[in-house]
Amino acid sequence: MSRLQALGVAGGVALAVAFGWAADARAGDTIKIGLVSEFSGPFALSAKEMEDGMRLYMKEHGDTVAGKKIEIIRRDTGGPAPDVAKRLAQELVVRDNVDFLAGFVVTPNALAVADVATQAKKPTIIMNAATSIITTKSPYFARVSFTLPQVTEPLANWAYKNGVRKVYTMVTDYGPGIDAETAFKKAFTADGGEIVGSVRMPLQSADFSAYAQKVKDLDPQAVFIFVPSNDQPAQIMKTFAERGLTTSNIKILATGDVTEDAVLQQEGDAALGMITSHHYSYAHDSALNKKFVAAFAKEYGDLRPDFLAVGGYDGMALIYHVVSELKGNIDGDKAMAVIKGWKHESPRGPIMIDPATRDVVQNVYIRKVEKKDGKLLNVEFETIKDVKDPGKP
Amino acid sequence: MLAHVLGVTFDGFAYGMLLFVLSVGLSVTMGLMGFVNLAHTAFAMLGGYLCVTFMERLGVPFLATLPLIFLATGALSLVFERVLYRRLYRAGELDQVLLTIGLVLMSVAACSYFWGTEQQPVTLPKYLSGYFSPGGVDLGVYRLFLSAVGIALALVLVFGLERTRFGAQVRAAVDNQRMARGLGIDVNRVFAATFAVGSGLAGLGGALAVNMIGLDPNFATKYLVFVLLVVSVGGLGSVGGTFAAAVVLGISDVAGKYYVPEAGAFIIYAVMVTLLLWRPAGLFGRRS
Amino acid sequence: MSADPQTIDPQRLIAEPLRWRWGEVVFWLTLLLPYWLAPTYLSLASQIAIAALFALSLDLILGYAGIISLGHAAFFGVGAYTAAVLVLRAHWLEPFSGLVISGLAAAVLGWLTSFLIVRVSKLALLMVTLGVGVLLAEAANRLSWLTGGNDGLHEIDVWPLLGRFTFDLYGRTAFFYALAVLFLMFLGARRLIQSPFGLSLRGLRENMRRMPALGAPIRHRQRVIYTIAAFYAGVAGALLTQTTQSVALEAVSFQRSAEILIMLVLGGTGRLYGGIVGAILFLVARDQLADMNPQYWFFWLGGLLVLVVLFLPGGIVGSVDRFWRWIARRR
Repeated sequence: MSRLQALGVAGGVALAVAFGWAADARAGDTIKIGLVSEFSGPFALSAKEMEDGMRLYMKEHGDTVAGKKIEIIRRDTGGPAPDVAKRLAQELVVRDNVDFLAGFVVTPNALAVADVATQAKKPTIIMNAATSIITTKSPYFARVSFTLPQVTEPLANWAYKNGVRKVYTMVTDYGPGIDAETAFKKAFTADGGEIVGSVRMPLQSADFSAYAQKVKDLDPQAVFIFVPSNDQPAQIMKTFAERGLTTSNIKILATGDVTEDAVLQQEGDAALGMITSHHYSYAHDSALNKKFVAAFAKEYGDLRPDFLAVGGYDGMALIYHVVSELKGNIDGDKAMAVIKGWKHESPRGPIMIDPATRDVVQNVYIRKVEKKDGKLLNVEFETIKDVKDPGKP
Repeated sequence: MLAHVLGVTFDGFAYGMLLFVLSVGLSVTMGLMGFVNLAHTAFAMLGGYLCVTFMERLGVPFLATLPLIFLATGALSLVFERVLYRRLYRAGELDQVLLTIGLVLMSVAACSYFWGTEQQPVTLPKYLSGYFSPGGVDLGVYRLFLSAVGIALALVLVFGLERTRFGAQVRAAVDNQRMARGLGIDVNRVFAATFAVGSGLAGLGGALAVNMIGLDPNFATKYLVFVLLVVSVGGLGSVGGTFAAAVVLGISDVAGKYYVPEAGAFIIYAVMVTLLLWRPAGLFGRRS
Repeated sequence: MSADPQTIDPQRLIAEPLRWRWGEVVFWLTLLLPYWLAPTYLSLASQIAIAALFALSLDLILGYAGIISLGHAAFFGVGAYTAAVLVLRAHWLEPFSGLVISGLAAAVLGWLTSFLIVRVSKLALLMVTLGVGVLLAEAANRLSWLTGGNDGLHEIDVWPLLGRFTFDLYGRTAFFYALAVLFLMFLGARRLIQSPFGLSLRGLRENMRRMPALGAPIRHRQRVIYTIAAFYAGVAGALLTQTTQSVALEAVSFQRSAEILIMLVLGGTGRLYGGIVGAILFLVARDQLADMNPQYWFFWLGGLLVLVVLFLPGGIVGSVDRFWRWIARRR
């Protein structure tokens, strides 16, 4: 072992020196944004959409604001890994001297970074993670995406208003699923409706036939579904279609995650007629959205922009706004003051950052899945204006 | 009430048939070669992607893709066997586990690169979609198709192993390799051929699975656990064992989710651990 | 995998005193260098130290007792969550004792599962360890009132170490803390391996059938080392929770079990230093490469694994060892 150690010494020294050389400090004429996201692992597609949205904004508005160049430094957490997210945020702050932190597809990563944001006083733009408590964890957190209760409550209200009285809920057994279930139940029963049954499905579900069978046997008036938006929406809807549930009288309600634009096509005709609620639809009928969609297609081809892309896009808009207001000198507290109360016209509709909670206030749309020109779209037919996050403690 | 039970049993059986097609190749090659090939589901994933490419890009009808995929994956696996696996036949389990995990990781990255990270869309031919309801029991057409394929495959394999000369050679090599060699059986060729068939079946399983359980680059790692479950519970080297284990696991998974949804994922793993402690070689495996 | 066929000199083995070679001393001193040479990388260094401890715990059962486990993260996770719950629920904020208690919790689980582990081998062993790991991960998901479920637990703040040092943004405290714990536990492991018990384990690994003939009960020894390894893994998990002030489901995930196995094998099993070297190489490589190409990191890692298995059996440490001995023979 002794000779080995000689090599170990040499190797250790070499590594340590290499680290030292890699440490970097650059001049102060760049605004650096530390993008912490889940580029590899199960949320890779979501992270890609988010970054694509960010870069599209940069392409459209140029990469210079208030005389300074905007630079994105991306770091991969490899999936939900709070220890890694925290370390990456720390490194972005101490090593790269970023001015902003941004990103976060999943909640645990956002929560882990709260300490770092507070200690380092860095404005942090949450571009997706949708759990209500996130913005309460640091005064330097601001969110431009949405929260699950925010989009679920209006759906429950709409259902009750339109004659639905009995609902069976089916959600995936993990954080966001349970949030959606809780929010729906709370709002629906408050209105006077009845939840006739609930089921929580394991996260690794490969086969939904048992759950679909249950629905068929119970034959409720309506079903409320939440599954994570990767491969599960297509599977569950196909299984439903297999049993004729999609063409029966049972109303199928879900949050927009289940019919989200990037995966809607894979669900095929099984998804037709589903009623969902969300803050963004690819088919949103506004000039700004049409422009956004066209630009996205030009840049990224077949991939449809979804709510993650919009989160990235609007997040960049917010950052640009802060940089220009502060003339390129980013101070944490001043940045937060600029962020609070920010109003903006987004491809999704009008949004605002609530000064009290630093969370997004926006329109929520009730949509139906329809087919136009052979393509499946979430067509909005009702708007609930200026919805605040009802889930704040 | 009976309709429910029958419906759930049928669904579970169909799911089990899919697991069977995915797993039987691994069971036979592990039993025969003693080689822990964790890259088996990577071949399945490749089969799935080939199916999507054939169907969506080249317009090949679904049923025609199946034999093509079987042959293509089988042929590809021969290349791997010759270049990589052959060197590790004598090595310990750990080395084999690591080599094949390495291959799985590479395959995940390769599939992300060539096909992207999204879910793959696949449109089934009309005659395979929809369902019948004889006597109130829902029988999905695709599931019927899967069941038919699974049963047919099992019969072909058993017949092949029991009645053909090649099958006899395989059985001899599984029982006692040295003896088989001593009798003049070219064990290396038997290995290679069996491995090709096993991996080809994995590819076939992947193609069949796309429509039922979806396809993205994480397929290989996600379903590896299920396949290992079936193989370890069924017993290595046993087609009948794999069949039985796949059916048991498929039905208990679906029935569990239907009747006791709170227990969710627990059931299947708890069942596996218990069965393995009772019979470490699997239900139909041979004890050494 | 058993150790590569090295000629084992029984006299040397038994008579080996526990003195420190100069090389080892220098190695450990080198590990302190990042504080001066790479001060912005200390958080990474502390996480490497934690992974090294975890890899060491796996080496105890894999390298020294021949038990391949695909579910070792179960113990890491139990340690991590226990440390969290101690702070958040029991308001037990003292860090060092927190580590010990978490390690003991993991050890209890290790002892219980060891009864299952020793009854099976080969594929069944792989599956049982995998199954236990998955069951525990599912339990952690279910008991979200305790574990925080998907969101995890955060704001886990223990008392400042030695009354003075809090965990800072640069990760300095975390670095020294993790390194110190790694070193102490390493000393323990080294003692253990050189002890008669450790020698009998190596005998087990080399030839399991012969050991009972020499009067050494197999199963009991396997259970003991498994429990000790679980303790080590639990301490590593607790260390992660304390230094990052958070814990989430990925601490008990299959990914973590697989990664630590890869790290250990890259470094080399059965040599105590293998886990440390493997952890350093793996995590540094991932840190540097993943930023270039997050998706394709898998490709290079997989390729590296294949190459190591084919051409570097015994991992880095094993190969270097063989190289030096080959040179020595030439002289």
